Amino acid sequence: MRKVAIYGKGGIGKSTTTQNTVAALAEMGKKVMVVGCDPKADSTRLLLGGLAQKTVLDTLREEGEEVELDLIRRTGYGGTLCTESGGPEPGVGCAGRGIITSINMLEQLGAYDADQNLDYVFYDVLGDVVCGGFAMPIRDGKAEEIYIVVSGEMMAMYAANNICKGIVKFAEAGKVRLGGLICNSRKVDRELDLIQALADKLGTQLIHFVPRDNDVQRAEINRKTVIDWNPACPQADEYRKLSKAIDGNTNFVIPKPLKIEELEALLLEHGLLN
Amino acid sequence: MTTDNSRPDPAKTNDLLVEAYPPKLAKKRAGQMVVNRKTPDGVVPEIKANIRTTPGIISQRGCCYAGCKGVVLGPTRDIVNITHGPIGCGFYSWLTRRNQTRPESPEDANFMTYCFSTDMQDENIVFGGEKKLRAAIQEAYDLFHPKAIAVFATCPVGLIGDDIHNVTREMKEKLGINVFAFSCEGYKGVSQSAGHHIANNQLFKHVIGRDDTVGPGKFRVNLLGEYNIGGDAFLLEDLFERCGITLVATFSGNSTIGKFENAHTADLNCVMCHRSINYVADMIEKKFGIPWFKVNFIGAEASAKSLRKIAAYFQDEELAARVEKTIAEELAAVKKVQDEIRPRCEGKTAMLFVGGSRAHHYQELFTEIGMKTIAAGYEFAHRDDYEGRRVLPTIKVDADSRNIEELVVEPDPVKYQPRLTWEELSARGLPHNDYEGMMPEMDEGALVIDDISEHEMERLLELHKPAVFCAGIKEKYGIQKHGIPCKQLHSYDYGGPYAGFQGAVNFYREIDRMVHARVWALMTPPWQTVSKPLLNAEWVRA
Repeated sequence: MRKVAIYGKGGIGKSTTTQNTVAALAEMGKKVMVVGCDPKADSTRLLLGGLAQKTVLDTLREEGEEVELDLIRRTGYGGTLCTESGGPEPGVGCAGRGIITSINMLEQLGAYDADQNLDYVFYDVLGDVVCGGFAMPIRDGKAEEIYIVVSGEMMAMYAANNICKGIVKFAEAGKVRLGGLICNSRKVDRELDLIQALADKLGTQLIHFVPRDNDVQRAEINRKTVIDWNPACPQADEYRKLSKAIDGNTNFVIPKPLKIEELEALLLEHGLLN
Repeated sequence: MTTDNSRPDPAKTNDLLVEAYPPKLAKKRAGQMVVNRKTPDGVVPEIKANIRTTPGIISQRGCCYAGCKGVVLGPTRDIVNITHGPIGCGFYSWLTRRNQTRPESPEDANFMTYCFSTDMQDENIVFGGEKKLRAAIQEAYDLFHPKAIAVFATCPVGLIGDDIHNVTREMKEKLGINVFAFSCEGYKGVSQSAGHHIANNQLFKHVIGRDDTVGPGKFRVNLLGEYNIGGDAFLLEDLFERCGITLVATFSGNSTIGKFENAHTADLNCVMCHRSINYVADMIEKKFGIPWFKVNFIGAEASAKSLRKIAAYFQDEELAARVEKTIAEELAAVKKVQDEIRPRCEGKTAMLFVGGSRAHHYQELFTEIGMKTIAAGYEFAHRDDYEGRRVLPTIKVDADSRNIEELVVEPDPVKYQPRLTWEELSARGLPHNDYEGMMPEMDEGALVIDDISEHEMERLLELHKPAVFCAGIKEKYGIQKHGIPCKQLHSYDYGGPYAGFQGAVNFYREIDRMVHARVWALMTPPWQTVSKPLLNAEWVRA
């Protein structure tokens, strides 16, 4: 079983990219489980056709000790298994601790056991690695390969670099490695060059450049992944390419995060000066 | 001073205490260890205090929450004190100091026999604990109908950001009783001292000055920093009564919230434990015009001196006569026991490492039976407690202290009523707002060590073999393994009271028993009875 976590700046399109990629893997016949690690619990909406999922933490709260795997895991598009960690409303409690609790609960319930015959588990993690709880998927060998969703916008690259710092910290003590950058294009000038250069500096690869296409939004409004909504559209092929690249990936590294000056120099060289 | 050849030179002892440390740590610790010296005008060497404990060192210190809930508010009987946090914090801060209390009638509330906690679970950490806290306050109210409810924050509450002050504000409005909270998360500050300050601030903001009823009594005082350990307050209350002095409020031994609310109607604040309560004394003076000075009711001579200071403050012949009469009666009884015990204890040595005032105050008792304090230090005191308040302007306020709120207090437009000016106090031979500190009262050559570590303590015991070592429960068994008796001064073990004159007699007898029983020195520990040690280890310098 390959254990994958998707990180990236808030709003960059992590959940959309994850679900579209997972749909493509499912189409290839892979058995995939998605663990949403965002208190908003919207990481599996497109796979399930709506926000139908009851979160692990809500279930834990209401059912007490009597929690069954069936209560917190639904089957979505192409046989994908979907769970949402859930968490407190904004400004209350500790969402990080919630993620720790819910991943532990999934483990206790056997969601990762060999008899589940999973090929992949995907963790879709909220925004930046703000505290220990959000680093949970990359600790203790829970996720072993990380993909960072990024665009040519400065703050997205800044966040990607910060996430790399988190990976370094945990890579030294465990098995977690960076598998590559996924560019979710914002149509920034020379975006491909910029992200390619960032990947080089970080010592990793640009695993796929996902072009901007409004079909993604059209599928989303229908609560579907692109492949589910219109398997023949060009954007569906982009996600197929991405999932194929991930499936065949052997390039796993401990990244070399950039100093802030290096990052700025990179932007000047490849982007802003033109 | 006389030197005892069997003991190492005090000047060299400090080097021996830190020799096992890495150089950086040794240097830091050296700043917290001094050999006492006194200039003719009473100036003592500077000591570093109230600074962070180096990680890895086994410190005597406690946490901010312990200082706030355990020390300052713990001894009050009719406030329901709710610990907002996991159950351990509430349980282990519950009556461990053996604070006693005595309700005036069987109908009066006493909640000290209960331990209140919200018992936070994982779920409350994830989703926030405010709802559970609100429910706990309601439940406590429904069950007990107390006059007041106080809420104490533990570490996780600060981390997850529960707004305890908002919850208590709401509940105060809803229930119509005083409900207030303390943001005393354990990790704040460098020791429990931060918790004392937070406790002082909230008592001042939410409690003191709410009841203006002036009760009976001509000579009305408050006693600050007396916590009724082992019944100390009962002896002092009796002593004050016999002298004709009216005790309005004690912070916080044998106390009630009603007395706190009324404290500003007294005419003098007498401060026992300067470290834990000086903030309240200062703020009361600024807002209500009540001066304070330091007293010490540990030791017969110190008690007599303190009573005379109070009499001098009020300048009343009748009071002075009653005080003198009481002192004379009490001292006669004390003297009898001193005469019996002193020849046996004369010249024996003591070490005191405890608290923020006790390491100072208890030296008096040892002196009275001829014993010598050769080393002493506080766990959590500041430089002014060692060197005297004269050094206050020179104390550098570091970031750890700045993190604790400093209230800005103005004279109350209505209730400010200055009692005596500082000039009038001086004319009566009294200090104003002063504490001279521990070091000026210690012998030259005595060792003064701040925030002593377990390792340093063990070295001291090996090098100086004192007849008795005074500390707390964490140190007790380590000390006894050296064959040396340990007297706990946080809880008094199972003994006390030790305050006032009768308390002094109790202490003399206890120390006489401890230094002569030698029970720990006579025991052979099991690991020395087997011919071959089961486990062997040696310490290797890194």
